[in-house]
Amino acid sequence: MDTHPTSRPTIEHAPLRCATAGSVDDGKSTLLGRLLFDAKALMADQLEHVEEASRRRGYARTDLALLTDGLRAEREQGITIDVAWRYFATPRRRFVLADSPGHVEYTRNMVTAASQADVAIVLVDARAGLIEQTKRHLFVARLVGVRALAIVVNKMDLVGYEHAVFARIRDEIHGYLAKLPVPGQPPELAFFPISALLGDNVVEPSAHMPWYDGPTLLAHLEGLPSETERAAAATRFFVQWVIRPQDPALPDYRGYAGRVSSGTLRTGQRVRVLPAGTESTITEIETLSGPLEEARAGRSCVVHLADDLSVSRGDVLVPLGGPVPELVESFVADLAWLHPTGPRAREVFLLKHGTREVRASIESIEGELDVASGALVPSERAVAMNTLARVKIRVYEPIALDAYAELRDTGSFLLVDAASGATRAGGMARSTAH
Amino acid sequence: MSTNAHLAALESEAIFILREVVSTRERPVLLFSAGKDSIVLLHLALEAFRPGRLPLAVMHVDTGHNFPEVIDFRDRRLREIGEPLLVASVEETIRLGRAEDERGPRASRNRIQSVTLLDAIAEHGFDAAFGGARRDEDRARAKERVVSLRDELGQWDPKNQRPELWSLYNTRIKKGEHLRVFPLSNWTELDVWDYIREKGLEVPSIYFAHEREVFERDGMLLAASPSVERLARETTFSTTVRFRTVGDMTCTGAIRSTAGTIDEIVAETSVATITERGATRADDKLSEAAMEDRKREGYF
Repeated sequence: MDTHPTSRPTIEHAPLRCATAGSVDDGKSTLLGRLLFDAKALMADQLEHVEEASRRRGYARTDLALLTDGLRAEREQGITIDVAWRYFATPRRRFVLADSPGHVEYTRNMVTAASQADVAIVLVDARAGLIEQTKRHLFVARLVGVRALAIVVNKMDLVGYEHAVFARIRDEIHGYLAKLPVPGQPPELAFFPISALLGDNVVEPSAHMPWYDGPTLLAHLEGLPSETERAAAATRFFVQWVIRPQDPALPDYRGYAGRVSSGTLRTGQRVRVLPAGTESTITEIETLSGPLEEARAGRSCVVHLADDLSVSRGDVLVPLGGPVPELVESFVADLAWLHPTGPRAREVFLLKHGTREVRASIESIEGELDVASGALVPSERAVAMNTLARVKIRVYEPIALDAYAELRDTGSFLLVDAASGATRAGGMARSTAH
Repeated sequence: MSTNAHLAALESEAIFILREVVSTRERPVLLFSAGKDSIVLLHLALEAFRPGRLPLAVMHVDTGHNFPEVIDFRDRRLREIGEPLLVASVEETIRLGRAEDERGPRASRNRIQSVTLLDAIAEHGFDAAFGGARRDEDRARAKERVVSLRDELGQWDPKNQRPELWSLYNTRIKKGEHLRVFPLSNWTELDVWDYIREKGLEVPSIYFAHEREVFERDGMLLAASPSVERLARETTFSTTVRFRTVGDMTCTGAIRSTAGTIDEIVAETSVATITERGATRADDKLSEAAMEDRKREGYF
């Protein structure tokens, strides 16, 4: 064998998490198949499976869409499981594709996929342009705060590879995004004229569109930063677990295990413990690979403090000198309702925020978010699965909350059914209200 | 700090998941098969709570048809870390009449080990079971949650899965239910080998190329062993092979390989053209939905 493992390049970035938005009609499955196929990420037995499944279904040609269509339950009951994950790698980058198929339960599925995504790949059919469905995809991606949008104008082969068609769609989307009433930084936008079917500008540059001199979709994705690699966010660290070995050899050992959710923790940093409000100094940051001077977002570590404070699971460490989250007992939030059962009158939920769980209720419903315009509209109908609602939440113990538009991890929460344990809704804090 | 940002991110994520679930459940258990994935998982679990003791039980579901080298490795590894090992025995399940052994040349205990696992989970009152399964292994696994709910019968209901948003893992369950938790969900086969190499973790000898008496069936090489009944036309021969997965001798195929070191395994894996389960697992070739069906019945 000629391959030398040491010659494989070290991958400098965390994996890029991509959420795809689009329907079968837009050619989404074909695009995914094309990405996997052209990036040589398909194994022989996977391809064989798709060929076999295509034959069994009587299709004239191999349908790459069958790659992402997995379960017997889905085929037999005509349902779609919300998200399927695919993995592929190029020499420069690893990718995690969260594919949420279908039109059914779309909002719920896309919110789920987008909540973990570094980039949303939004498909537009070049023949159809900016239609209602695309508006929904763009709004949900913005609402959930995905930092980068890759807008893929597909089926360029069916509009004669016309620059004018591409330019018009790009301008319309720019205009639409600019008007969306969503707080926070505007996303990084990139547009790609492609043909997923023929492969133009997906992995290989197109010979048909000399007017386009940008990168291919894959080349663009390879260079995007992961969420955790974005600098300059305020620092937050949720305590997961207090390590106190009952070991006579380590009588004074007390470490706070957790993961840096944003920003950077540093040895020597003065930190405040919330909600208690006590303060101390970080004396050591331990990791699997030894002590660190600083731990950046995404890193799991064990933090030691100079003082003997009462710190437990659910507490947040916040360095002094930067923005500090507010301790709130009520706040306004946008909810994505995820469960068939809507909220009951005066229902008490468990609210999971970081590593903290508190009891909470929905105090009032301010309205529904129109998924095509993002506008808050008064709504008579009840909050139900797949709706986005703006509500006022009351928590029965204060939590250290950030605005979601500023910090995703400390601005998001779940509403959990206190009896069944089911996840009923995902929430994003908009503003604190007293 | 890891020199590879990609592996460091996967490591941090897995540790976060381990700590989340152990913090919020009362009786967690780690399923340890002594295969490469569970070796990585056990390593991460030890690190996640160090210098504290491992706050979870370690259990192996032993079909009685495992490779002896793997069982030796399993026992040695547990002695090294000083933790007791629970063994849930499929032989015992059969002896108690809870399941029937299949007969004939294609007999496998792969399916009935789900009964053994569920019985052991109920007997010990485990409410969360960690496994080393990865989403890149199979189509059914690709749709699996990191924290996955099992009902009172231990079954996976793909329709009734909780959406997972951000890194907020919901670990609430009702009495009788339990969780299956997969901290390596986002790892690929190559990541696992890269990590084993980076950390210098030891793996059982059957992963490395060795001479073995094998026979061919359905395009796969199976080890000749007393556990596997051969058809009349199936003759054994000796050749240089290694195993890409560690499972039952009855359904785990070997591949022809000369990879004798971790570096050579990494090199081989990075240019592989067939998935590990496609290459080596007869149990997944039974039908288009073989893994899905077993998962529904309580398989890991």
